[in-house]
Amino acid sequence: MGKLYDELAKDYRLKEGLKTCINCGTCTAICPAAEFYKYDPRKIVDTVQRKDDAEIEALLKSDTIWYCGECMSCMTRCPRKNGAGLVIMALRNLSARLGYFTYSEKGRQLYPLTKIMTGNILKYGYCVYPETFKMEDHPEAGPVWEWHTQHLRDNMERLGANYQGKGPGILRKIPQESLDELKAIFDVTGGTERIETVEKYSRAKADEMGMSMDEYTTYTFKHCSEGHFNNED
Amino acid sequence: MIYQGKQKIWSEYQKEIPDDHWYYVRSCIRQNFFPASERMFTEITRNVLGKDIYETPSHTTCGGIAYHCDTIPQETVMTIVARQFALMTEAGYENYVASCITSFGNYAEILETWHEFPELETKIRELLWKACKKEFKKPKYLAHSSDLIYKFRGEIAAKGRFRLVDKETGEPLRIVEHIGCHYAKMFPHKGVGGAEYPCVLSGMIEAWGGQVIDYPERRHCCGYGFRQYHVQANRGYSLSNTHKKFESMEPYHPDAIITNCPGCPYFLDRWQYVIAEQTGKTYGRDGFGIPVFTYEELAGLVLGYDPWDLGLQLHQVAVEPFLDKIGIEYDPSAKYKGLDKKDILRPGLPQNLKCF
Repeated sequence: MGKLYDELAKDYRLKEGLKTCINCGTCTAICPAAEFYKYDPRKIVDTVQRKDDAEIEALLKSDTIWYCGECMSCMTRCPRKNGAGLVIMALRNLSARLGYFTYSEKGRQLYPLTKIMTGNILKYGYCVYPETFKMEDHPEAGPVWEWHTQHLRDNMERLGANYQGKGPGILRKIPQESLDELKAIFDVTGGTERIETVEKYSRAKADEMGMSMDEYTTYTFKHCSEGHFNNED
Repeated sequence: MIYQGKQKIWSEYQKEIPDDHWYYVRSCIRQNFFPASERMFTEITRNVLGKDIYETPSHTTCGGIAYHCDTIPQETVMTIVARQFALMTEAGYENYVASCITSFGNYAEILETWHEFPELETKIRELLWKACKKEFKKPKYLAHSSDLIYKFRGEIAAKGRFRLVDKETGEPLRIVEHIGCHYAKMFPHKGVGGAEYPCVLSGMIEAWGGQVIDYPERRHCCGYGFRQYHVQANRGYSLSNTHKKFESMEPYHPDAIITNCPGCPYFLDRWQYVIAEQTGKTYGRDGFGIPVFTYEELAGLVLGYDPWDLGLQLHQVAVEPFLDKIGIEYDPSAKYKGLDKKDILRPGLPQNLKCF
Protein backbone atom coordinates (compact mmCIF):
# COMPACT_ATOMS: atom_id res chain seq x y z
CA MET A 1 0.00 0.00 0.00
CA GLY A 2 1.41 3.40 -0.99
CA LYS A 3 1.38 6.84 0.53
CA LEU A 4 -1.09 8.27 -1.97
CA TYR A 5 -3.54 5.45 -1.35
CA ASP A 6 -3.13 6.01 2.40
CA GLU A 7 -4.12 9.65 1.89
CA LEU A 8 -7.11 8.66 -0.24
CA ALA A 9 -8.18 6.11 2.34
CA LYS A 10 -8.58 8.87 4.93
CA ASP A 11 -11.27 10.51 2.80
CA TYR A 12 -14.77 9.57 3.98
CA ARG A 13 -15.96 9.55 0.37
CA LEU A 14 -13.55 6.74 -0.39
CA LYS A 15 -14.64 4.89 2.72
CA GLU A 16 -18.26 5.18 1.54
CA GLY A 17 -17.66 4.86 -2.17
CA LEU A 18 -15.25 1.95 -2.46
CA LYS A 19 -16.07 -1.30 -0.76
CA THR A 20 -15.27 -4.16 -3.12
CA CYS A 21 -15.52 -3.39 -6.81
CA ILE A 22 -16.23 -6.49 -8.92
CA ASN A 23 -15.35 -4.69 -12.16
CA CYS A 24 -18.71 -5.38 -13.78
CA GLY A 25 -18.76 -2.01 -15.58
CA THR A 26 -22.34 -1.12 -14.67
CA CYS A 27 -21.12 2.33 -13.56
CA THR A 28 -19.60 2.93 -16.99
CA ALA A 29 -22.74 1.73 -18.75
CA ILE A 30 -24.97 4.21 -16.89
CA CYS A 31 -22.45 7.11 -16.87
CA PRO A 32 -23.38 10.28 -18.86
CA ALA A 33 -19.71 11.31 -18.94
CA ALA A 34 -18.52 7.98 -20.35
CA GLU A 35 -20.85 8.36 -23.30
CA PHE A 36 -19.13 11.52 -24.54
CA TYR A 37 -15.70 11.68 -22.88
CA LYS A 38 -12.86 9.15 -23.01
CA TYR A 39 -13.84 8.18 -19.53
CA ASP A 40 -14.34 4.83 -17.85
CA PRO A 41 -15.20 4.92 -14.12
CA ARG A 42 -14.77 1.14 -13.93
CA LYS A 43 -11.08 1.49 -14.80
CA ILE A 44 -10.59 4.37 -12.35
CA VAL A 45 -12.13 2.47 -9.44
CA ASP A 46 -10.05 -0.57 -10.36
CA THR A 47 -6.86 1.50 -10.43
CA VAL A 48 -7.57 2.90 -6.98
CA GLN A 49 -8.46 -0.56 -5.73
CA ARG A 50 -5.03 -1.86 -6.82
CA LYS A 51 -3.42 0.69 -4.45
CA ASP A 52 -0.42 1.22 -6.75
CA ASP A 53 1.01 4.68 -6.02
CA ALA A 54 2.53 5.22 -9.46
CA GLU A 55 -0.82 4.49 -11.13
CA ILE A 56 -2.70 6.66 -8.65
CA GLU A 57 -0.26 9.55 -9.18
CA ALA A 58 -0.81 9.28 -12.95
CA LEU A 59 -4.56 9.44 -12.33
CA LEU A 60 -4.24 12.49 -10.09
CA LYS A 61 -2.28 14.28 -12.82
CA SER A 62 -4.63 13.24 -15.65
CA ASP A 63 -7.62 14.81 -17.38
CA THR A 64 -9.55 11.61 -16.70
CA ILE A 65 -10.64 12.32 -13.14
CA TRP A 66 -12.12 15.69 -14.18
CA TYR A 67 -14.57 14.28 -16.76
CA CYS A 68 -17.19 13.10 -14.21
CA GLY A 69 -20.30 15.30 -13.77
CA GLU A 70 -20.99 14.05 -10.22
CA CYS A 71 -24.60 13.17 -11.13
CA MET A 72 -24.11 10.01 -9.02
CA SER A 73 -26.13 7.82 -11.38
CA CYS A 74 -23.41 5.20 -10.76
CA MET A 75 -24.37 4.92 -7.08
CA THR A 76 -27.89 3.81 -7.89
CA ARG A 77 -26.85 1.00 -10.15
CA CYS A 78 -23.70 -0.47 -8.54
CA PRO A 79 -24.53 -4.04 -7.43
CA ARG A 80 -21.97 -3.73 -4.61
CA LYS A 81 -23.14 -0.32 -3.36
CA ASN A 82 -19.97 1.46 -4.41
CA GLY A 83 -20.02 5.02 -5.64
CA ALA A 84 -17.56 5.70 -8.44
CA GLY A 85 -18.54 9.37 -8.23
CA LEU A 86 -17.50 9.46 -4.58
CA VAL A 87 -14.14 7.89 -5.47
CA ILE A 88 -13.71 10.61 -8.10
CA MET A 89 -14.44 13.30 -5.49
CA ALA A 90 -11.75 11.86 -3.21
CA LEU A 91 -9.26 11.75 -6.10
CA ARG A 92 -10.03 15.36 -7.08
CA ASN A 93 -9.66 16.47 -3.47
CA LEU A 94 -6.20 14.91 -3.24
CA SER A 95 -5.20 16.27 -6.67
CA ALA A 96 -6.17 19.77 -5.49
CA ARG A 97 -4.27 19.42 -2.20
CA LEU A 98 -1.07 18.23 -3.88
CA GLY A 99 -1.18 20.62 -6.82
CA TYR A 100 -1.36 17.73 -9.30
CA PHE A 101 -4.43 19.33 -10.90
CA THR A 102 -2.17 21.75 -12.80
CA TYR A 103 -0.71 18.87 -14.83
CA SER A 104 -3.89 18.47 -16.93
CA GLU A 105 -6.04 20.83 -19.00
CA LYS A 106 -9.27 19.82 -17.27
CA GLY A 107 -7.58 19.91 -13.89
CA ARG A 108 -6.35 23.48 -14.45
CA GLN A 109 -10.00 24.55 -14.73
CA LEU A 110 -10.10 24.24 -10.94
CA TYR A 111 -8.60 27.73 -10.75
CA PRO A 112 -11.40 29.70 -12.48
CA LEU A 113 -13.99 27.45 -10.81
CA THR A 114 -12.56 28.13 -7.35
CA LYS A 115 -12.49 31.85 -8.03
CA ILE A 116 -16.12 31.88 -9.19
CA MET A 117 -17.62 29.61 -6.53
CA THR A 118 -15.73 30.62 -3.41
CA GLY A 119 -15.79 34.27 -4.52
CA ASN A 120 -19.60 34.17 -4.73
CA ILE A 121 -19.96 32.38 -1.40
CA LEU A 122 -17.66 34.65 0.59
CA LYS A 123 -18.78 37.93 -0.99
CA TYR A 124 -22.52 37.32 -1.42
CA GLY A 125 -23.43 34.12 0.48
CA TYR A 126 -24.64 32.38 -2.70
CA CYS A 127 -22.91 29.90 -5.06
CA VAL A 128 -24.46 31.63 -8.08
CA TYR A 129 -25.20 35.35 -8.11
CA PRO A 130 -26.53 37.77 -10.78
CA GLU A 131 -23.55 40.16 -10.56
CA THR A 132 -21.11 37.40 -11.56
CA PHE A 133 -23.26 35.44 -14.05
CA LYS A 134 -22.21 37.50 -17.06
CA MET A 135 -23.96 37.26 -20.39
CA GLU A 136 -20.61 37.30 -22.22
CA ASP A 137 -19.66 34.08 -20.41
CA HIS A 138 -23.09 32.55 -21.07
CA PRO A 139 -24.20 33.12 -24.67
CA GLU A 140 -26.38 30.01 -24.35
CA ALA A 141 -28.60 31.90 -21.89
CA GLY A 142 -30.39 33.43 -24.88
CA PRO A 143 -32.12 36.72 -25.71
CA VAL A 144 -34.72 36.43 -22.94
CA TRP A 145 -31.95 36.21 -20.35
CA GLU A 146 -30.07 39.09 -21.98
CA TRP A 147 -33.23 41.21 -21.66
CA HIS A 148 -33.72 39.99 -18.09
CA THR A 149 -30.20 40.98 -17.03
CA GLN A 150 -30.65 44.42 -18.62
CA HIS A 151 -33.80 44.92 -16.52
CA LEU A 152 -32.76 42.85 -13.52
CA ARG A 153 -34.15 45.04 -10.74
CA ASP A 154 -37.45 45.62 -12.55
CA ASN A 155 -37.93 41.93 -13.25
CA MET A 156 -36.94 40.86 -9.74
CA GLU A 157 -39.38 43.39 -8.26
CA ARG A 158 -42.11 42.27 -10.69
CA LEU A 159 -41.62 38.63 -9.66
CA GLY A 160 -41.64 39.24 -5.93
CA ALA A 161 -37.92 38.90 -5.16
CA ASN A 162 -36.23 40.87 -2.39
CA TYR A 163 -33.12 41.49 -4.49
CA GLN A 164 -30.34 42.87 -2.26
CA GLY A 165 -32.99 43.88 0.29
CA LYS A 166 -33.12 43.43 4.06
CA GLY A 167 -35.08 40.61 5.67
CA PRO A 168 -36.02 37.21 4.20
CA GLY A 169 -36.83 36.48 0.59
CA ILE A 170 -35.42 35.74 -2.82
CA LEU A 171 -31.85 36.98 -3.41
CA ARG A 172 -32.00 39.03 -0.20
CA LYS A 173 -28.78 40.64 0.99
CA ILE A 174 -27.18 38.10 3.31
CA PRO A 175 -26.43 39.91 6.61
CA GLN A 176 -22.75 40.77 7.16
CA GLU A 177 -22.60 38.69 10.36
CA SER A 178 -23.66 35.64 8.35
CA LEU A 179 -20.97 36.32 5.74
CA ASP A 180 -18.47 36.71 8.59
CA GLU A 181 -19.53 33.30 9.90
CA LEU A 182 -19.04 31.75 6.46
CA LYS A 183 -15.52 33.22 6.36
CA ALA A 184 -14.80 31.84 9.82
CA ILE A 185 -16.04 28.41 8.68
CA PHE A 186 -13.72 28.56 5.66
CA ASP A 187 -10.83 29.51 7.97
CA VAL A 188 -11.26 26.67 10.47
CA THR A 189 -12.25 23.87 8.06
CA GLY A 190 -9.54 24.16 5.42
CA GLY A 191 -11.65 26.09 2.90
CA THR A 192 -9.37 29.13 2.97
CA GLU A 193 -6.27 26.96 2.86
CA ARG A 194 -7.72 25.18 -0.22
CA ILE A 195 -8.26 28.50 -2.02
CA GLU A 196 -4.67 29.50 -1.24
CA THR A 197 -3.29 26.12 -2.38
CA VAL A 198 -5.14 26.24 -5.69
CA GLU A 199 -3.95 29.83 -6.17
CA LYS A 200 -0.32 28.96 -5.37
CA TYR A 201 -0.04 26.03 -7.79
CA SER A 202 -2.02 27.86 -10.49
CA ARG A 203 0.30 30.89 -10.27
CA ALA A 204 3.31 28.62 -10.71
CA LYS A 205 1.65 26.96 -13.72
CA ALA A 206 0.71 30.31 -15.27
CA ASP A 207 4.37 31.39 -14.91
CA GLU A 208 5.48 28.18 -16.56
CA MET A 209 3.02 28.77 -19.43
CA GLY A 210 4.16 32.39 -19.77
CA MET A 211 0.74 33.84 -18.93
CA SER A 212 -0.50 36.56 -16.60
CA MET A 213 -3.14 35.37 -14.13
CA ASP A 214 -5.87 37.12 -16.15
CA GLU A 215 -4.72 35.35 -19.30
CA TYR A 216 -4.48 32.05 -17.43
CA THR A 217 -8.00 32.48 -16.01
CA THR A 218 -9.53 33.18 -19.42
CA TYR A 219 -7.55 30.41 -21.11
CA THR A 220 -8.41 27.73 -18.57
CA PHE A 221 -12.07 28.80 -18.57
CA LYS A 222 -12.51 28.79 -22.34
CA HIS A 223 -9.94 26.56 -24.00
CA CYS A 224 -10.82 22.99 -24.99
CA SER A 225 -8.16 20.99 -26.85
CA GLU A 226 -9.02 18.20 -29.22
CA GLY A 227 -8.86 14.63 -27.96
CA HIS A 228 -11.15 14.59 -24.93
CA PHE A 229 -14.18 13.09 -26.66
CA ASN A 230 -14.92 9.53 -27.78
CA ASN A 231 -15.44 10.65 -31.37
CA GLU A 232 -11.97 12.24 -31.56
CA ASP A 233 -8.59 10.58 -32.11
CA MET B 1 -52.88 -0.93 8.87
CA ILE B 2 -51.44 -4.21 7.62
CA TYR B 3 -49.98 -3.95 4.12
CA GLN B 4 -49.94 -7.04 1.94
CA GLY B 5 -48.69 -8.00 -1.53
CA LYS B 6 -47.95 -5.09 -3.87
CA GLN B 7 -49.30 -2.67 -1.28
CA LYS B 8 -46.60 -3.89 1.13
CA ILE B 9 -43.86 -3.57 -1.50
CA TRP B 10 -45.02 -0.09 -2.44
CA SER B 11 -45.16 1.02 1.20
CA GLU B 12 -41.40 0.43 1.39
CA TYR B 13 -40.89 3.14 -1.23
CA GLN B 14 -42.93 5.72 0.65
CA LYS B 15 -41.50 8.60 2.60
CA GLU B 16 -43.00 10.19 5.68
CA ILE B 17 -43.67 13.88 5.05
CA PRO B 18 -45.05 15.82 8.04
CA ASP B 19 -48.13 17.91 7.46
CA ASP B 20 -46.94 21.28 8.77
CA HIS B 21 -44.28 23.49 10.44
CA TRP B 22 -41.31 23.57 8.09
CA TYR B 23 -38.03 25.44 8.17
CA TYR B 24 -37.42 26.58 4.57
CA VAL B 25 -34.05 27.12 2.88
CA ARG B 26 -33.73 28.61 -0.58
CA SER B 27 -31.82 27.54 -3.69
CA CYS B 28 -28.97 29.58 -5.20
CA ILE B 29 -29.87 28.66 -8.78
CA ARG B 30 -33.64 28.95 -8.40
CA GLN B 31 -33.39 32.39 -6.82
CA ASN B 32 -31.41 33.52 -9.86
CA PHE B 33 -33.29 31.76 -12.65
CA PHE B 34 -36.74 30.90 -11.28
CA PRO B 35 -37.41 33.51 -8.58
CA ALA B 36 -41.18 33.35 -9.06
CA SER B 37 -41.17 29.58 -8.45
CA GLU B 38 -39.81 30.07 -4.94
CA ARG B 39 -42.35 32.85 -4.40
CA MET B 40 -45.10 30.50 -5.62
CA PHE B 41 -43.93 27.77 -3.21
CA THR B 42 -44.46 30.03 -0.20
CA GLU B 43 -47.66 31.47 -1.73
CA ILE B 44 -49.17 27.99 -2.20
CA THR B 45 -48.01 26.46 1.07
CA ARG B 46 -48.74 29.49 3.26
CA ASN B 47 -51.68 31.22 1.62
CA VAL B 48 -53.47 28.46 -0.30
CA LEU B 49 -52.82 25.55 2.09
CA GLY B 50 -52.38 27.52 5.33
CA LYS B 51 -49.08 25.93 6.35
CA ASP B 52 -46.37 27.32 8.61
CA ILE B 53 -43.24 27.83 6.46
CA TYR B 54 -40.48 29.71 8.28
CA GLU B 55 -37.49 31.43 6.67
CA THR B 56 -34.65 33.37 8.25
CA PRO B 57 -32.62 35.96 6.29
CA SER B 58 -29.46 34.56 7.93
CA HIS B 59 -29.43 31.31 6.00
CA THR B 60 -26.96 31.12 3.12
CA THR B 61 -25.95 28.80 0.33
CA CYS B 62 -25.44 25.23 1.54
CA GLY B 63 -22.22 25.22 -0.50
CA GLY B 64 -23.42 22.21 -2.51
CA ILE B 65 -22.56 23.54 -5.97
CA ALA B 66 -19.08 24.62 -4.82
CA TYR B 67 -18.64 21.19 -3.22
CA HIS B 68 -19.63 19.35 -6.40
CA CYS B 69 -17.35 21.66 -8.39
CA ASP B 70 -14.63 20.31 -6.03
CA THR B 71 -13.67 23.80 -4.88
CA ILE B 72 -14.24 23.32 -1.14
CA PRO B 73 -13.26 20.46 1.18
CA GLN B 74 -15.86 18.12 2.67
CA GLU B 75 -15.34 19.57 6.16
CA THR B 76 -16.17 23.05 4.82
CA VAL B 77 -19.47 22.08 3.22
CA MET B 78 -20.40 20.01 6.26
CA THR B 79 -19.81 22.93 8.61
CA ILE B 80 -21.82 25.31 6.38
CA VAL B 81 -24.66 22.79 6.55
CA ALA B 82 -24.19 22.42 10.32
CA ARG B 83 -24.68 26.21 10.58
CA GLN B 84 -27.92 25.92 8.58
CA PHE B 85 -29.11 23.24 11.04
CA ALA B 86 -28.12 25.52 13.94
CA LEU B 87 -30.32 28.30 12.51
CA MET B 88 -33.20 25.80 12.28
CA THR B 89 -32.59 24.74 15.89
CA GLU B 90 -32.51 28.36 17.09
CA ALA B 91 -35.84 28.98 15.33
CA GLY B 92 -37.42 26.00 17.12
CA TYR B 93 -38.13 23.82 14.07
CA GLU B 94 -37.32 20.18 13.35
CA ASN B 95 -38.75 19.71 9.84
CA TYR B 96 -36.30 20.96 7.23
CA VAL B 97 -37.38 21.64 3.63
CA ALA B 98 -34.89 22.59 0.92
CA SER B 99 -35.80 24.29 -2.35
CA CYS B 100 -32.77 22.86 -4.15
CA ILE B 101 -32.09 19.27 -5.23
CA THR B 102 -28.31 19.74 -4.95
CA SER B 103 -28.90 20.97 -1.40
CA PHE B 104 -31.31 18.14 -0.66
CA GLY B 105 -28.73 15.61 -1.86
CA ASN B 106 -26.03 17.44 0.07
CA TYR B 107 -28.05 17.32 3.30
CA ALA B 108 -28.91 13.65 2.72
CA GLU B 109 -25.25 12.76 2.05
CA ILE B 110 -24.04 14.60 5.13
CA LEU B 111 -26.67 13.09 7.46
CA GLU B 112 -25.91 9.60 6.10
CA THR B 113 -22.15 10.12 6.46
CA TRP B 114 -22.54 11.36 10.03
CA HIS B 115 -24.76 8.37 10.78
CA GLU B 116 -22.10 5.99 9.47
CA PHE B 117 -19.11 7.88 10.92
CA PRO B 118 -20.22 9.56 14.19
CA GLU B 119 -16.67 10.78 14.86
CA LEU B 120 -16.99 13.05 11.82
CA GLU B 121 -20.20 14.58 13.17
CA THR B 122 -18.39 15.25 16.45
CA LYS B 123 -15.53 16.93 14.56
CA ILE B 124 -17.96 19.13 12.59
CA ARG B 125 -19.76 20.14 15.80
CA GLU B 126 -16.40 21.26 17.20
CA LEU B 127 -15.55 23.17 14.02
CA LEU B 128 -18.93 24.92 14.02
CA TRP B 129 -18.48 25.95 17.64
CA LYS B 130 -14.98 27.21 16.91
CA ALA B 131 -16.14 29.25 13.91
CA CYS B 132 -19.60 30.47 14.96
CA LYS B 133 -20.22 29.50 18.62
CA LYS B 134 -23.31 27.65 17.44
CA GLU B 135 -24.80 24.25 18.28
CA PHE B 136 -27.41 22.27 16.40
CA LYS B 137 -29.91 19.45 16.39
CA LYS B 138 -30.24 17.42 13.23
CA PRO B 139 -33.58 17.71 11.41
CA LYS B 140 -36.15 15.13 12.40
CA TYR B 141 -37.49 15.18 8.83
CA LEU B 142 -35.71 16.23 5.65
CA ALA B 143 -37.78 17.05 2.59
CA HIS B 144 -37.37 18.63 -0.79
CA SER B 145 -39.97 21.30 -1.53
CA SER B 146 -41.40 19.12 -4.34
CA ASP B 147 -42.18 16.51 -1.64
CA LEU B 148 -44.58 19.02 -0.04
CA ILE B 149 -46.29 19.92 -3.32
CA TYR B 150 -46.56 16.16 -4.00
CA LYS B 151 -48.10 15.58 -0.57
CA PHE B 152 -50.70 18.29 -1.16
CA ARG B 153 -51.27 17.55 -4.88
CA GLY B 154 -54.86 16.44 -4.21
CA GLU B 155 -55.75 19.65 -2.34
CA ILE B 156 -54.17 21.68 -5.16
CA ALA B 157 -56.24 19.76 -7.72
CA ALA B 158 -59.39 20.28 -5.63
CA LYS B 159 -58.79 24.05 -5.39
CA GLY B 160 -57.63 24.29 -9.03
CA ARG B 161 -59.29 26.22 -11.86
CA PHE B 162 -57.65 24.19 -14.60
CA ARG B 163 -56.66 20.62 -15.32
CA LEU B 164 -53.85 19.40 -17.56
CA VAL B 165 -56.33 18.51 -20.26
CA ASP B 166 -56.70 19.59 -23.91
CA LYS B 167 -59.74 21.89 -23.89
CA GLU B 168 -60.64 20.90 -27.47
CA THR B 169 -60.40 17.12 -27.26
CA GLY B 170 -60.81 16.48 -23.54
CA GLU B 171 -57.72 14.27 -23.67
CA PRO B 172 -55.06 14.48 -20.92
CA LEU B 173 -51.97 16.45 -21.91
CA ARG B 174 -48.83 14.39 -22.44
CA ILE B 175 -46.27 15.35 -19.81
CA VAL B 176 -42.69 14.18 -19.39
CA GLU B 177 -41.20 14.34 -15.91
CA HIS B 178 -37.53 14.90 -15.16
CA ILE B 179 -36.32 14.33 -11.61
CA GLY B 180 -33.03 15.87 -10.51
CA CYS B 181 -30.30 13.24 -10.12
CA HIS B 182 -29.47 14.13 -6.52
CA TYR B 183 -33.09 13.69 -5.41
CA ALA B 184 -32.93 9.90 -5.04
CA LYS B 185 -30.10 8.41 -7.11
CA MET B 186 -27.64 8.64 -4.21
CA PHE B 187 -29.95 7.77 -1.32
CA PRO B 188 -33.13 6.21 -2.76
CA HIS B 189 -34.93 5.97 0.58
CA LYS B 190 -34.84 9.78 0.89
CA GLY B 191 -37.13 10.26 -2.13
CA VAL B 192 -40.79 9.46 -2.75
CA GLY B 193 -40.78 6.18 -4.69
CA GLY B 194 -37.03 5.73 -4.33
CA ALA B 195 -34.79 5.64 -7.38
CA GLU B 196 -36.72 2.84 -9.08
CA TYR B 197 -40.25 4.24 -8.95
CA PRO B 198 -39.87 7.96 -8.24
CA CYS B 199 -43.37 9.36 -8.28
CA VAL B 200 -42.85 12.80 -6.77
CA LEU B 201 -43.57 14.45 -10.15
CA SER B 202 -45.63 11.76 -11.90
CA GLY B 203 -47.98 11.89 -8.89
CA MET B 204 -48.55 15.60 -9.53
CA ILE B 205 -49.14 15.07 -13.27
CA GLU B 206 -51.76 12.39 -12.62
CA ALA B 207 -53.46 14.32 -9.82
CA TRP B 208 -53.78 17.37 -12.06
CA GLY B 209 -55.29 15.46 -14.99
CA GLY B 210 -52.28 14.88 -17.25
CA GLN B 211 -50.79 11.71 -18.69
CA VAL B 212 -47.26 10.68 -17.74
CA ILE B 213 -45.18 9.90 -20.82
CA ASP B 214 -42.39 7.37 -20.55
CA TYR B 215 -39.40 7.41 -22.90
CA PRO B 216 -36.06 5.54 -23.05
CA GLU B 217 -33.80 8.23 -21.56
CA ARG B 218 -36.27 9.35 -18.89
CA ARG B 219 -33.77 8.93 -16.06
CA HIS B 220 -30.71 10.27 -17.91
CA CYS B 221 -29.07 13.33 -16.34
CA CYS B 222 -29.93 16.71 -17.91
CA GLY B 223 -26.19 17.24 -18.29
CA TYR B 224 -25.57 19.95 -15.69
CA GLY B 225 -22.49 18.16 -14.39
CA PHE B 226 -21.43 21.15 -12.19
CA ARG B 227 -17.93 21.88 -13.60
CA GLN B 228 -19.19 20.58 -16.98
CA TYR B 229 -21.46 23.64 -17.18
CA HIS B 230 -19.79 26.29 -15.05
CA VAL B 231 -16.58 26.12 -17.11
CA GLN B 232 -17.30 27.38 -20.59
CA ALA B 233 -14.86 24.94 -22.23
CA ASN B 234 -16.87 21.96 -20.94
CA ARG B 235 -20.38 22.92 -21.99
CA GLY B 236 -20.40 20.42 -24.87
CA TYR B 237 -20.97 17.77 -22.18
CA SER B 238 -24.01 19.57 -20.85
CA LEU B 239 -25.49 20.24 -24.30
CA SER B 240 -24.82 16.68 -25.52
CA ASN B 241 -26.69 15.11 -22.60
CA THR B 242 -29.72 17.36 -23.04
CA HIS B 243 -29.66 16.64 -26.78
CA LYS B 244 -29.68 12.90 -26.03
CA LYS B 245 -32.79 13.32 -23.88
CA PHE B 246 -34.68 15.37 -26.45
CA GLU B 247 -33.86 12.99 -29.28
CA SER B 248 -35.19 10.18 -27.08
CA MET B 249 -38.44 11.93 -26.06
CA GLU B 250 -39.20 13.46 -29.48
CA PRO B 251 -41.13 10.47 -30.92
CA TYR B 252 -43.52 10.58 -27.94
CA HIS B 253 -44.62 14.18 -28.68
CA PRO B 254 -44.79 15.55 -25.13
CA ASP B 255 -46.77 18.74 -24.57
CA ALA B 256 -44.51 19.80 -21.68
CA ILE B 257 -41.80 18.76 -19.24
CA ILE B 258 -42.06 19.10 -15.45
CA THR B 259 -38.90 19.19 -13.33
CA ASN B 260 -37.98 19.44 -9.65
CA CYS B 261 -34.30 20.38 -9.90
CA PRO B 262 -32.97 23.95 -10.04
CA GLY B 263 -30.65 23.47 -13.00
CA CYS B 264 -32.62 20.97 -15.11
CA PRO B 265 -35.41 23.34 -16.24
CA TYR B 266 -32.80 25.96 -17.16
CA PHE B 267 -30.72 23.52 -19.21
CA LEU B 268 -33.65 21.72 -20.83
CA ASP B 269 -35.04 25.14 -21.82
CA ARG B 270 -31.83 26.90 -22.92
CA TRP B 271 -30.20 24.00 -24.75
CA GLN B 272 -33.36 23.71 -26.90
CA TYR B 273 -32.65 27.30 -27.93
CA VAL B 274 -28.99 26.47 -28.69
CA ILE B 275 -29.90 23.30 -30.65
CA ALA B 276 -32.47 25.28 -32.67
CA GLU B 277 -30.03 28.10 -33.42
CA GLN B 278 -27.13 25.77 -34.29
CA THR B 279 -28.99 23.10 -36.26
CA GLY B 280 -32.45 24.48 -37.02
CA LYS B 281 -34.06 21.60 -35.15
CA THR B 282 -36.98 22.22 -32.80
CA TYR B 283 -38.75 19.61 -30.70
CA GLY B 284 -42.25 21.08 -30.29
CA ARG B 285 -44.84 21.61 -33.00
CA ASP B 286 -44.62 24.30 -35.71
CA GLY B 287 -41.13 25.51 -34.83
CA PHE B 288 -41.76 25.89 -31.10
CA GLY B 289 -39.84 24.08 -28.37
CA ILE B 290 -41.24 21.85 -25.65
CA PRO B 291 -41.97 24.09 -22.64
CA VAL B 292 -40.23 23.11 -19.40
CA PHE B 293 -41.91 23.92 -16.08
CA THR B 294 -40.98 23.79 -12.45
CA TYR B 295 -43.55 22.00 -10.27
CA GLU B 296 -44.54 25.31 -8.67
CA GLU B 297 -45.15 26.85 -12.10
CA LEU B 298 -47.39 23.96 -13.08
CA ALA B 299 -49.18 24.05 -9.71
CA GLY B 300 -49.64 27.80 -10.15
CA LEU B 301 -51.17 27.32 -13.60
CA VAL B 302 -53.54 24.65 -12.23
CA LEU B 303 -54.55 27.02 -9.44
CA GLY B 304 -55.26 29.81 -11.93
CA TYR B 305 -52.43 32.26 -11.28
CA ASP B 306 -51.47 34.69 -14.04
CA PRO B 307 -48.70 33.03 -16.12
CA TRP B 308 -46.61 36.20 -15.97
CA ASP B 309 -46.87 36.27 -12.16
CA LEU B 310 -45.32 32.79 -12.32
CA GLY B 311 -42.32 34.13 -14.21
CA LEU B 312 -42.98 32.16 -17.39
CA GLN B 313 -41.71 35.13 -19.40
CA LEU B 314 -38.18 34.21 -18.24
CA HIS B 315 -38.33 30.95 -20.21
CA GLN B 316 -36.67 30.99 -23.61
CA VAL B 317 -39.09 28.36 -24.97
CA ALA B 318 -42.52 29.90 -25.51
CA VAL B 319 -45.20 28.62 -23.12
CA GLU B 320 -48.19 30.09 -24.97
CA PRO B 321 -49.05 26.99 -27.08
CA PHE B 322 -49.33 24.99 -23.84
CA LEU B 323 -51.50 27.65 -22.18
CA ASP B 324 -53.73 27.80 -25.27
CA LYS B 325 -54.18 24.03 -25.24
CA ILE B 326 -55.52 24.12 -21.68
CA GLY B 327 -57.45 27.34 -22.21
CA ILE B 328 -55.57 29.43 -19.65
CA GLU B 329 -56.19 33.13 -20.21
CA TYR B 330 -53.25 35.55 -20.45
CA ASP B 331 -52.54 39.04 -21.72
CA PRO B 332 -49.84 38.82 -24.41
CA SER B 333 -49.07 42.54 -24.09
CA ALA B 334 -48.34 42.15 -20.35
CA LYS B 335 -45.74 39.39 -20.79
CA TYR B 336 -42.63 41.52 -20.63
CA LYS B 337 -43.89 44.36 -18.42
CA GLY B 338 -42.35 45.37 -15.13
CA LEU B 339 -44.22 46.08 -11.91
CA ASP B 340 -47.48 48.03 -12.46
CA LYS B 341 -47.19 47.46 -16.23
CA LYS B 342 -43.97 49.50 -16.44
CA ASP B 343 -42.51 49.35 -19.95
CA ILE B 344 -39.12 47.63 -19.81
CA LEU B 345 -38.86 46.82 -23.54
CA ARG B 346 -38.84 43.21 -24.70
CA PRO B 347 -36.28 40.54 -25.63
CA GLY B 348 -34.97 39.98 -29.11
CA LEU B 349 -36.22 36.93 -31.00
CA PRO B 350 -34.11 33.88 -31.87
CA GLN B 351 -33.50 33.07 -35.52
CA ASN B 352 -34.96 29.57 -35.52
CA LEU B 353 -36.77 28.83 -32.26
CA LYS B 354 -40.25 30.28 -32.54
CA CYS B 355 -41.03 32.64 -29.67
CA PHE B 356 -43.35 35.53 -28.85
